Amino acid sequence: MDDSSTLHVQKHVEFIKSLDNKKDLESLLTEHIRMNGAYWGLTALDLMGSLNDLDQDKIISWILQCQHDCGGFGGNIGHDPHILYTLSAVQILALYDKLAVLDSSKIASYITGLQQNDGSFYGDEWGEIDTRFSYGAICCLALLRRLDAINLEKAITYIVSCKNFDGGFGSTPGGESHAGQIFCCVAALAIAGSLHYVDKDLLGWWLCERQVKSGGLNGRPEKLPDVCYSWWVLSSLAILDRVHWIDRESLKTFILDCQDIENGGISDRPDDAVDVFHTYFGVAGLSLLEYPGLKHIDPAYALPVNVVKRVFS
Amino acid sequence: MQVGVEDDDGDRWIPFSERSEWSDVQPVPQDDGPYPVVSIAYTSQFRETMDYFRAVLARDERSDRSLELTEEAIHMNAGNYTVWHFRRLVLESLGKDLWKELYFIQDVAKSNHKNYQLWHHRRWVAEKLGVAVAPEELRFTELVLASDAKNYHAWSHRQWVLKALGGWEAELSFCSMLLQEDIYNNSAWNQRFFVIKNSPLLEGLDSMRESEVEYCINAIKLAPLNESSWTYLRGLFGNDTKSLGDSQSIGQVCFEELARDRCCIPALSFLLDLVCYGFQPTVDDCKILDSSIEILSSLQLALYLCERLEVVDAIRACYWAWRRSLLPAIIK
Ligand SMILES: [Zn+2]
Repeated sequence: MDDSSTLHVQKHVEFIKSLDNKKDLESLLTEHIRMNGAYWGLTALDLMGSLNDLDQDKIISWILQCQHDCGGFGGNIGHDPHILYTLSAVQILALYDKLAVLDSSKIASYITGLQQNDGSFYGDEWGEIDTRFSYGAICCLALLRRLDAINLEKAITYIVSCKNFDGGFGSTPGGESHAGQIFCCVAALAIAGSLHYVDKDLLGWWLCERQVKSGGLNGRPEKLPDVCYSWWVLSSLAILDRVHWIDRESLKTFILDCQDIENGGISDRPDDAVDVFHTYFGVAGLSLLEYPGLKHIDPAYALPVNVVKRVFS
Repeated sequence: MQVGVEDDDGDRWIPFSERSEWSDVQPVPQDDGPYPVVSIAYTSQFRETMDYFRAVLARDERSDRSLELTEEAIHMNAGNYTVWHFRRLVLESLGKDLWKELYFIQDVAKSNHKNYQLWHHRRWVAEKLGVAVAPEELRFTELVLASDAKNYHAWSHRQWVLKALGGWEAELSFCSMLLQEDIYNNSAWNQRFFVIKNSPLLEGLDSMRESEVEYCINAIKLAPLNESSWTYLRGLFGNDTKSLGDSQSIGQVCFEELARDRCCIPALSFLLDLVCYGFQPTVDDCKILDSSIEILSSLQLALYLCERLEVVDAIRACYWAWRRSLLPAIIK
C-alpha cells in the first residue's frame, strides 16, 4: 500500500482527540488560543464525520465559561475577550447546532462596539485594526443573523480600501497582499453580497501564481509553500469560482505528503512536526478539492456546507 | 516561541514562592473548565509565573512588582495577549516612562518578531509618544527587516508610522536600497507603490509613472522571471489598459526577454495582455517567438501565446485555456 497516497482519516481523528486532555508545555503555551484550537480541531473532526467523538456538553459549557459580560469571548477561561475567539466560539456552536444557547444581541452589541468610523474593526478594546477583524465581525454576525447590528456599507468600504494594485488585499490600506488577508477580505465581501468589488480575474491570476512546482501553495511571492495556504488560497479561489485554474491533483498530493501517517496529524510541509492548525487546514483544503469521504466545506464561513445550510434554513 | 528558563547571566531562576516580596500572594492555577489536568513534566517556572500572574490580575494589582511579573511572563510566552493587556494598564496607572518601554519591546522582539501582541504593544507606545518617536520607530522596523526583510508586522508598523507620525523623506530610497539587495522582495515592491501613492513629498502615481516604468523595466532586465516586478509594472497603469497597450517600450521589453529565453513565462504572459490591450507588434518581432510560424493578426498572435503558455506553464494550463477561449471576443 502506498501510504501517502490516501488520507489517513482515523489517524487524524485520533490525533485531534488526543489533544483534548493534553497538558504539556505546548498546550500551556497556547492555552490563550484554546478557543481557536477547539474550532480547528472540531471542524476537522466534523469534516471527517467524527464530531460526536468528543463530549459535546462539556465543550459547550467550557465555551460559555469563556464569555464575558460584554458579550465577547476569550481564548480560554479567564482570558480577555477578542473578536477572533468570539467568532470561533460562535462557529463551534454552529457546528453543534446550538446557536440558540447564545444571547445573540449581547454578542452583536459587543461587535457593534468594535466598529470604527471608517468602517474598520478593532480586535478588542485595545484598538488593533486589521481586515482579519472585519471578517471576524461579518462572519460572526451573519451566523447570528444579526448583520443589521453594524454599518455594513462602511465595513465593505473599509475592506475595499485595502485592495492593492495586484488585485489582492492587505491588513490595512496599503498593506501587502497576503493570502490570509485575501481570504478574510474576499470571504467577508462574499458574505456581505459585495463580490463585485473584487477584480476577479486579476486576483484569480495572483492566487494561481501561488502554486509552486511541488504542487503546494505559498502565501506571497517567493515564499515557501505551506499547507495552511491550501486553505487561504483555495477558499479564495473557490469563492471566486476559479479553483479549476490551478493543478488540483498536485496540490492534493502535496497535502497528503504532509501527513504523519504513523501518529496522525498534518504539518505545514512534508516531514515537519504536525499541529492541529495545519491538520485542520489540510483537511479543509482536501474538502475543497472534493476528496472522497470528506464533508464539503463552505469556503466563506469555513464551516461544513450542511452546517451553513442549517443555520440559514 | 521562546521559553525563558535562565537569566542572561546564568543565575538560577528563583520561584515566586521563594521570593519574599510575593509571600502575600496566593497563586491561581488556570481553570481549563472540563478538561482534565494531567500533571506531567513541563517547565514549572512557566506554570508558576502564570499562576502568580492570574493572582495579580484577579486583584487588579497595578504595582511595580506586577510590571516586573508581566515582563517575566512575556519573556516566557509573548503570545499571551491578556498579559500584554494588563501590562498596559499597569504602565498607564503608574505613569511609567514609555521611552524605556521601547527597550523592553526591542528585547522581546529578538525572539518574537512575528508576534501580533508585540507589534500592537509597540504601536500603542508609539502612539502615546507621538511624532518625536517617528525616527526611532523607522529605525526599529529597519532592525527587524534587516534579518527578516518580508516581516509583515514590521511593514505594517512602518506604514502606520509614516502615515501617523511622518518620516517620508528617505522612504523611496529605502525601498530602492532593499530592492538592490533583493530584487525579488515583494514587500519592498509593495512599499514602493505605497510611497508613490501616499507620500506628501512626491507628486503621485500619474506624474511618476514614466520614471517608475523605467525603474521597473531595468529591474525586469535584471531578473526576468521575477513575478513582483511584472506585477508592479502592470499596477502602475491600473485600469488605464489603453496606455499600457500603446506603450511600445514595454512591448519591446517582452520581445527582448523572449529573444533571450523563448519560454520566459512572465514575458509571454505580459505580451498576451498587451496584445489584448491593443498592442500591435511587427512581423519581425513575431519572428522572435517562432521563425517557422507566420503570424498575421493580433488574434493569431494571442492564440499562439496562449497555446505556448499552456505548454510551458502546464501547472496553470486550465487558466491559459480559459484565456484562449476569451480571445475571439476580445480581439476583433
Ligand atoms: Zn502554515
